[in-house]
Amino acid sequence: MAEKDVKLMKGNEVIAHAAIRYGCDGYFGYPITPQSEVLETLMELKPWETTGMVVLQAESETSSINMVYGGAATGKRVMTSSSSPGVSLMTETLSYLAAAELPCLIVNCQRGGPGLGTIQPAQGDYFQAVKGGGHGDYRLIVLAPNSVQEMHDHVAEGFDLAFKYRTPAMILADGVIGQMMEKVVLAPQRPRKTTAEIAAECGEWATTGKYEGRTRNIITTLELQPERMQEINLRLQAKYRQIEQQAVRYETTECDDADYVIVAFGSSARICSATVEIARAEGLKVGLLRPITLYPFPTVPLAELAMRGVKGFLVAELNAGQMVEDVRLAVNGKAPVEHYGRQGGMLFSPDDVLVALKEKLINR
Amino acid sequence: MKEALIIAGFGGQGVLSMGKILAYSGVIQDFEVTWMPSYGPEMRGGTANVTVILSDRKISSPIVHEYDTAIVLNQQSMDKFEQKVRSGGILIYDTNGITRHPKRKDITIYTIDAVTECAKSGQVKLFNTMILGGYLKVRPVVEMENVMVGLKKSLPERAWKMLPANEEAIRRGGEIICQVR
Repeated sequence: MAEKDVKLMKGNEVIAHAAIRYGCDGYFGYPITPQSEVLETLMELKPWETTGMVVLQAESETSSINMVYGGAATGKRVMTSSSSPGVSLMTETLSYLAAAELPCLIVNCQRGGPGLGTIQPAQGDYFQAVKGGGHGDYRLIVLAPNSVQEMHDHVAEGFDLAFKYRTPAMILADGVIGQMMEKVVLAPQRPRKTTAEIAAECGEWATTGKYEGRTRNIITTLELQPERMQEINLRLQAKYRQIEQQAVRYETTECDDADYVIVAFGSSARICSATVEIARAEGLKVGLLRPITLYPFPTVPLAELAMRGVKGFLVAELNAGQMVEDVRLAVNGKAPVEHYGRQGGMLFSPDDVLVALKEKLINR
Repeated sequence: MKEALIIAGFGGQGVLSMGKILAYSGVIQDFEVTWMPSYGPEMRGGTANVTVILSDRKISSPIVHEYDTAIVLNQQSMDKFEQKVRSGGILIYDTNGITRHPKRKDITIYTIDAVTECAKSGQVKLFNTMILGGYLKVRPVVEMENVMVGLKKSLPERAWKMLPANEEAIRRGGEIICQVR
């Protein structure tokens, strides 16, 4: 018999459970397929009656992300979730959140684009998540879960990273991870931070209330003096370099002796892990590198694999070729880097990836 | 042990629930499981399907290109999934509404007339558990006591009064499934 606390849940449902158990203070969202179960599950669980967490359906994605801005400014742990077109509506405020250095969590359960596109799974928002989306020189910390358990774990990790570096974090999932049910072990319930704890942790910058003898904390992203705006930019960039040094996470499978390495994230990485099994059964030395953080990107381990003599990299993504650019930068010409993808909500199977690997690299 | 199964039919037939009962039964049996539904227009009427994988090892891909077993509950799904059963695999279907029957010779084919059987007792809601019972008879991938726990865990508490009827439907499904070839 399985342990008692093993549950069978959808990735989206798990986001809701994990948020409550982490001690999240507020969720602000707007329904969109394929992530609507996040808000639905929160409404069903009614955390406002237990932990006191606020759950609010806003009138639009624009509104919900700005509610996140307001909540985050007070040092509270606040979040939103949406899917691709909804996240596009949020991108202005993502830039503002990064500029104002406000920690928060955004979940993007991607669907096929561009435009209104399709509701089927895709990974076409890599550029938007990793390179910006909003204006200006900013970054989001981006986590890419490949299982329902990781969807759960990344809620806590995302919040922790966001608060550690005072910057927004994003979970970049997709319709596969959001809609799929798998076994999950939920974390124990943690209490929400008290007002005193928030004041102690975030008092230097958050708008926790002005009491006598304390200077006012002002949260703004407007700075008309170019010298001072440059200072802010330099501070942000220094922080991003620190994140790149400290927060990279990735997983390798069978890479030690691999002649060819597949690079894939999220649901694609799940599919490609089966490709590795099939290839190994055929006697082909194929490995998988799965970035868990898309920003910061695992540039160093990829460069090391290229230096070691890997003969080629295949980047398999559910898009027309986005992460492949970062893999090429990391490999820096030392080995061929090819892309294999499907778009518009179409998935590839493990065998499709192996066929592509043979065509594009092994049999060249 | 690894079983990759697709259950495909119309929205409203209980396709996704049947998959969930089986997946939860697998959890109780300490298997790794994935349950991957079609979603979207399907849930608004039209075809619906779910891929369930049960394994005693970590499941790499929740997406497969061929299935060990296909349970087919309408013509559209027959057209789509007959060819996706692996050679040596199993296809189970309800003949109700099927005009083009499966032709393959390299798979084992069963029929289960659960629509007719449920109509006899007027209990159309038991259709999916009856099909599940037929499947478990020919592919006993999880033990029946675990199926009963999985059934209870999959249903909301308000539906628990229906547990005995569903248990009976599972049993009855096992009796009425017939091997065609």
